[in-house]
Amino acid sequence: MVERQNSVCFRTLHLDQPWRLDSYRSIGGYGQWERILQERPDPADLIEQLKLSALRGRGGAGFPTGLKWSFMLRSAPGQRYIVCNSDEGEPGTCKDRDILRYNPHQLIEGMAIAGYCIGATVGYNYIRGEFFEPTERFEAAVQEAYAAGLLGKDIGGSGIDFDLYVHNGAGAYICGEETALLESIEGKKGQPRYKPPFPAQSGLYGRPTTINNTESLASVPVILEKGGQWFLDQGLPNNGGLKVFSVTGHVEKPRNLEVPLGTPFRELLAQCGGVKGGKKLKAVIPGGSSTPVVPGDQMMELNMDYDSLAKAGSMLGSGAVIVMAEGTDMVKVLANLAHFYAAESCGQCTPCREGTGWLSRVLHRILKGQGRREDLDLLDDAANRIMGRTICALGDAAAMPVRSFLKHYRHEFERYIAQGERCVS
Amino acid sequence: MTQKVKIEIDGRTCEATPGEMIIAVADRAGIPIPRFCYHKKLSIAANCRMCLVEAEQGGRPFPKLVPACATPVMEGMRVQTRSALAREAQQSTLEFLLINHPLDCPICDQGGECELQDLTLRYGKDKSRYAEAKRVVKDENLGPLIATEMTRCIHCTRCVRFGAEIAGLRELGATGRGDHMRIGTYVEQTLGHELSGNIIDLCPVGALTAKPSRFRARPWELIQVDGIAPHDGLGSHLHLHVRGRQLVRVHPRAQEAINETWISDRDRFSYTGLSAPDRLGEPMIKREGGCWQALEWQGALQIAAERIREAGSELGALIAPNATLEEMYLLQRLVRGLGAQAIDSRLRQQDFRGDAADASLPWLGVSIAKVEEQEGILLIGSDIRQEQPLLAHRVRKAALAGGLVATVNPYRLDLTFPAIQFTASPSGMLRELAALAKALRKRGSGTLRTLISEVKPTAQQVEVAEQLKQAGKRYRGLILLGALATAHPDYSLLRALAHLIADATRAKVGFLPAAANSFGAYLAGALPHRLPGARPAETPGLSAEAMLNKPRKVYLLWGLEPGFDLADPAKAVQGLDRADFVIACTGYRSPALERVADLLLPIALFAETSGTLVNAQLDWQSFRGAIPPPVEARPGWKVLRVLGNLLELEGFDYRSSEEVLEELRKQCAHAKPNNDPRGDLKKLPPRLSNGDRLYRIGNVPIYALDALVRRAEPLQANAEFLQVSLNPDQAAEMGLGAGDQVEIDQGEGKLAKAPVRLDPRIPRGCARIPAGLSGSEQLGPQIGPVSLEKR
Repeated sequence: MVERQNSVCFRTLHLDQPWRLDSYRSIGGYGQWERILQERPDPADLIEQLKLSALRGRGGAGFPTGLKWSFMLRSAPGQRYIVCNSDEGEPGTCKDRDILRYNPHQLIEGMAIAGYCIGATVGYNYIRGEFFEPTERFEAAVQEAYAAGLLGKDIGGSGIDFDLYVHNGAGAYICGEETALLESIEGKKGQPRYKPPFPAQSGLYGRPTTINNTESLASVPVILEKGGQWFLDQGLPNNGGLKVFSVTGHVEKPRNLEVPLGTPFRELLAQCGGVKGGKKLKAVIPGGSSTPVVPGDQMMELNMDYDSLAKAGSMLGSGAVIVMAEGTDMVKVLANLAHFYAAESCGQCTPCREGTGWLSRVLHRILKGQGRREDLDLLDDAANRIMGRTICALGDAAAMPVRSFLKHYRHEFERYIAQGERCVS
Repeated sequence: MTQKVKIEIDGRTCEATPGEMIIAVADRAGIPIPRFCYHKKLSIAANCRMCLVEAEQGGRPFPKLVPACATPVMEGMRVQTRSALAREAQQSTLEFLLINHPLDCPICDQGGECELQDLTLRYGKDKSRYAEAKRVVKDENLGPLIATEMTRCIHCTRCVRFGAEIAGLRELGATGRGDHMRIGTYVEQTLGHELSGNIIDLCPVGALTAKPSRFRARPWELIQVDGIAPHDGLGSHLHLHVRGRQLVRVHPRAQEAINETWISDRDRFSYTGLSAPDRLGEPMIKREGGCWQALEWQGALQIAAERIREAGSELGALIAPNATLEEMYLLQRLVRGLGAQAIDSRLRQQDFRGDAADASLPWLGVSIAKVEEQEGILLIGSDIRQEQPLLAHRVRKAALAGGLVATVNPYRLDLTFPAIQFTASPSGMLRELAALAKALRKRGSGTLRTLISEVKPTAQQVEVAEQLKQAGKRYRGLILLGALATAHPDYSLLRALAHLIADATRAKVGFLPAAANSFGAYLAGALPHRLPGARPAETPGLSAEAMLNKPRKVYLLWGLEPGFDLADPAKAVQGLDRADFVIACTGYRSPALERVADLLLPIALFAETSGTLVNAQLDWQSFRGAIPPPVEARPGWKVLRVLGNLLELEGFDYRSSEEVLEELRKQCAHAKPNNDPRGDLKKLPPRLSNGDRLYRIGNVPIYALDALVRRAEPLQANAEFLQVSLNPDQAAEMGLGAGDQVEIDQGEGKLAKAPVRLDPRIPRGCARIPAGLSGSEQLGPQIGPVSLEKR
């Protein structure tokens, strides 16, 4: 397995200054884009390869990328856009940051190919506001690509246009939601739009738009180079390819790892040097803070792919694996998460705007030793009343941890309530 | 025609248009679906989540509850608004909303008519499980019209969407996230848009309430009476809310064909002028030495009748164009019954040379609702947002739908929609129109021929002409003449040019009425050249201008203030000064009126009298009195009836205003709207030359239109004051700077002082010095030569 590791988005990591154009060229970079510029293949064939690869959206939702691209009607007149979502804000996730830092050209190539496939001549990369260095790296790479005649109008006399712009966020988690991201690019307050219409019909500036995650787009050149079948074979059926996992928390060596989907969690943990201090594993949030928590024992038996985690009642999400060792105070963890969602709710839908604050305040009260017995049912009930009642998934993301923590660690909350102020010390 | 689909809501089959939202279908069928953010005139936000319903399509339920406001219907859809799941969601949303809502209903002005209160009662629980701290939001001062209590805000964003979509001016927005989100102006500022008051009605809770009526009454103490707005040419439908003898507030009454669901701030808040301190409560007569003395009605009317009888045919009557149809009709009966011919209501017009060729019964040219369907609109001499705020909204809709809006005005307008603006001095306006005519290959005749021969159309003028022609071809072209055209010294020629352009483009010509009943004057015969039923008078009487130039023995002024409501106040005062006796039927005393008048008779104003107003599309809109007039003031028609009796005129025995109206209505059976000139407007020489004289542009600001609105304190709080606006280049040439005090001279020693303001929207050769504002009473013609002297 180790040989296959880091062979897609992180395939430049072994190079010196991998972010430079010549580094990327040295491993065959831009080969696919140049082939497209010369041969102008039928986009439908390229999308077919993508569908075959079973590449699923790496931002968290896991929607098949090839299928998403096929929603764009190439024949429709007017401007279309490809937007890359680099607003990596899911707590625990830091994979896109490293793609921007160490392999920006592969992302540019992926965006250009995506633009070609969906008929978009303009691309935007929306980069998280706090990503200063990654933005600089990516900007520099875009300049290099323009200078090398890989971007622009009528590229290399091919008749193909592709312009790429960088847009920085301003620090709102919600702008990682694709339609809030579009609002933000348009200069408005970042708030998710009601769907339908979906971006493929009416997206950026009201035009058909496809939005993909950084890792998804950066995987595209490799898929086309090695074939959809190859990519699929790296992982499991319906879970093709490799995936970057950001392993953080109580591990010896927190790190980003690109491994085949279906890799046992046990192996992933081992590669990170195991649980910190040799402690017993208590719990894992396997896919970013909004995915349900999985108890340690159960986690040790699971494989890291979309379907296995779904079966276990959680989600692969963005691949942020948050490891918690024995001794972790689950009430504190949940109160922290609840505070995050209350602070990041955009405020437009009633249940999320009011409900996330309510959850957070009740949890913090429990944490202060002022919990009441009825609080736990209340938390569960309030979370249920947020679930599925909002425009975007942030409401669900705030509710899911509450429900899963209460399900698995209810006794810890009860202890806080029973002991009252004595627990606080 | 699109195919209809059938859907089922709560077991009832409803017909719907595909793509329509569930909530709209339910509303039509009378099935209640609770909502906060949804409003049929605003875009869909789907953020309050109050309208969640259970739905299924083809036997397959939707995976989640769907918002009824944002879910389009499809054939065979089944919707349940009261299922257990839907009820639970409704209850949840209310519980969430009340988390941070202060529950200060007992001291909230919205209490009793609050959507949150009502829906909580019907769909909520009586107990909240929320036991944590509540949020408090700092209030913002939005100015004199709207009171805020932002802690009560439930973030439905109706007010924000109103600004963006209807007003066209984003004065409010949302800042912050989560439950820190708040609605505000970001930097505290007064809302200045002329429709801003509508957000009071839109706000479902007590976050935005009307400041002038705040804490004045509880909704359940109010009696609602239908009313008609007395200012612009729409005659917006109103709800007058009355408590005892007082009009407490004014709300819009939905009338899709006229005001949709909105009203302008002027229509909403002008009622506050009814209780102005200088309201006239009893008849008063001027004694020796200029002392005023109150007297009984009987004595006052006898004096009036005596003086009028003495004057006989030497009587002159000026009646405000916002007087009711009944008042206009009776007054003209009285004047003509005495053998006099001098009656006019076109108080702000200067050029009456076109009277012989005047349209027989002018009107808007299209229905009010059709304005928004026009593909080409040419606006001549109209600051439309100030003159006709809600009609401007219709023009805006036409522009946003892709229609061309072009304007020819003596200054650049602040518009909330794209428009091509040709800005020129008053004489330049003629040339702009001549250029458009030339671009349409019209050579014209008479004076127009000369005008047209002297101009060369610009590329933009050619483009506008072409687009107007395209619009006209599809019967969607409209040329409107507004108040600045009416006040123009060459109004006749402007009309001639408008008709010429209309002729070449097949666009329709329409007129914007100066006031609430300007067109009613044609029907009532309150004009020198029109008899009741808009019949042309065989021997036209004296126009407003003529009767002031050739002073009458006795004047009867009805509902106007000579310093503010006439085209040339200085000349008017001179004329009135030379009369033997001036009778003023008025709602107010004012120094200017007291100077010229000898007898003041207090009459009822808006909401105090029954009557009828005829709007721009010639709807006869009758209304009943909602409150009694103050002290001894009387409805105008009654005053005229008694005067008629005292003068022993025949048939003045009306028992009600309805009888007066019926009598007039019979005479109007054959009156048909017609904007075509009845004769030749083109033979007149232009009064204005191309000379380099400075011209005064005396526009009438929105809150200076009539005596009532000029006394509406909340509207006046931020209203314009008298300033001389000059183009910065022009000012520099004249050695003037911003803030300099200048003496305004319009000849004959008519002086006024005002500060200079620099404004690039004013063309060179013009000084914008508004009319109707305090300080402008001494001035001459609204549009006419002016010189400025630095003090």
